[in-house]
Amino acid sequence: MSSLRYLENIVTLKLDTEKCVGCGMCAVVCPHGVFTIEERKAQVVDRDACIECGACAGNCPVEALSVKAGVGCASAIINGWLTGEEPSCDCGGSC
Amino acid sequence: MRWGLGRSRYTIAPGLYAIGTPAGDSPVLVTANYKMTFDIVRRDMRGHDAWLLVLDTKGINVWCAAGKGTFSTDEIIRQVQRANLQQLVNHRTLIVPQLGAPGVAAHKVHKACGFKVVYGPIRSDDLPQFLRTGQTATPDMRRVRFTLTDRFILTPVELASMWRYTLWSILALFILGGIGPQIFSFSAAWSRGIIAVTVGLLGLFTGAVITPILLPWLPGRAFATRGAIAGLATGMLGLLIFSASLGWLNSLALLLAVAAVSSWCAMHFTGSSTFTSPSGVEKEMRQAIPAQAAFLLVGGLCWLAAAF
Ligand code: SF4
Ligand code: SF4
Repeated sequence: MSSLRYLENIVTLKLDTEKCVGCGMCAVVCPHGVFTIEERKAQVVDRDACIECGACAGNCPVEALSVKAGVGCASAIINGWLTGEEPSCDCGGSC
Repeated sequence: MRWGLGRSRYTIAPGLYAIGTPAGDSPVLVTANYKMTFDIVRRDMRGHDAWLLVLDTKGINVWCAAGKGTFSTDEIIRQVQRANLQQLVNHRTLIVPQLGAPGVAAHKVHKACGFKVVYGPIRSDDLPQFLRTGQTATPDMRRVRFTLTDRFILTPVELASMWRYTLWSILALFILGGIGPQIFSFSAAWSRGIIAVTVGLLGLFTGAVITPILLPWLPGRAFATRGAIAGLATGMLGLLIFSASLGWLNSLALLLAVAAVSSWCAMHFTGSSTFTSPSGVEKEMRQAIPAQAAFLLVGGLCWLAAAF
């Protein structure tokens, strides 16, 4: 689905290759094919496809990954601006 | 799939359910207590024997519940213990839908209750094949798609969640429509109001229905841009039909308003998609909202001026 891509170069995903033990979990959970595993190390091959869902970071057993995960829905972000808090998805259960 | 109204009717009780006649060696599938998700999993697993462990996600689908933190490591551990799963099955594997992964830490589940989390396919219709092939997913099973049908299904949700604002806007448009040389005229409120409301609804429809459906083919990356472009297009179409009776001020107003409303609605569609990152959406909104406001303001002033 290369025709459907979002904005470039703003994703907060970080991989610490030193820490990585090559278990492959990040490649399994990522819904957008951001990682491949080569020579027992994870590699970010498609950074701009990342949607910051946080699945990889949460499932990495050695905390080699970090990403500012959150909800990407516009009403949640507006809520966040208005209340000065982290965006939360309280759209009356409509999420 | 998400509708704004009547959520509670779509919830089922959390706990352990049987599909077919499962035994000690049957697989355990984990899912959300959103009734539609539950029904789809049962339908896709027809003819198989399995346990279905339903988490309490407050009736919300797996993906959104994982984002909200109700489809979580702790909730899995809680339900595993509540169902006494250790006694019931002779293996130690839970099959968790991959879209639940943002809320779950597989290694923590394992540590806390001894069950290994295996992430299953994204779509439950791939489950039978996943089980047949020794719980392995093909790369295709691991990728989200955002197909025409997916996008089409999400559109009614967008409309349902916007009806409140829509009603207030309609009221405001009728009141503003009455302002004119005679200070306020009820006949003008009606005749001009009805046109303004039509324009607003055209924008809503373009942003919330047409834009999501045509998404891959619209130029631009930001949803707001794509919505604005689609809005300009339908606005032009509207002008071709009505322009004779409108005059240039009203025409300009129509074009700007349809684009602004459409862009705003399209921007809200971002939350329904599995193709947007929060950082991206926030950046998009910082740029888009001032532009939308400016369009709407200029369009609105043109419309008000056209009354005199
Ligand atoms: S945050 Fe989500 S989309 Fe981004 S790399 Fe991790 S798993 Fe993939
Ligand atoms: S989950 Fe962590 S340790 Fe495993 S491959 Fe990915 S980055 Fe490396």
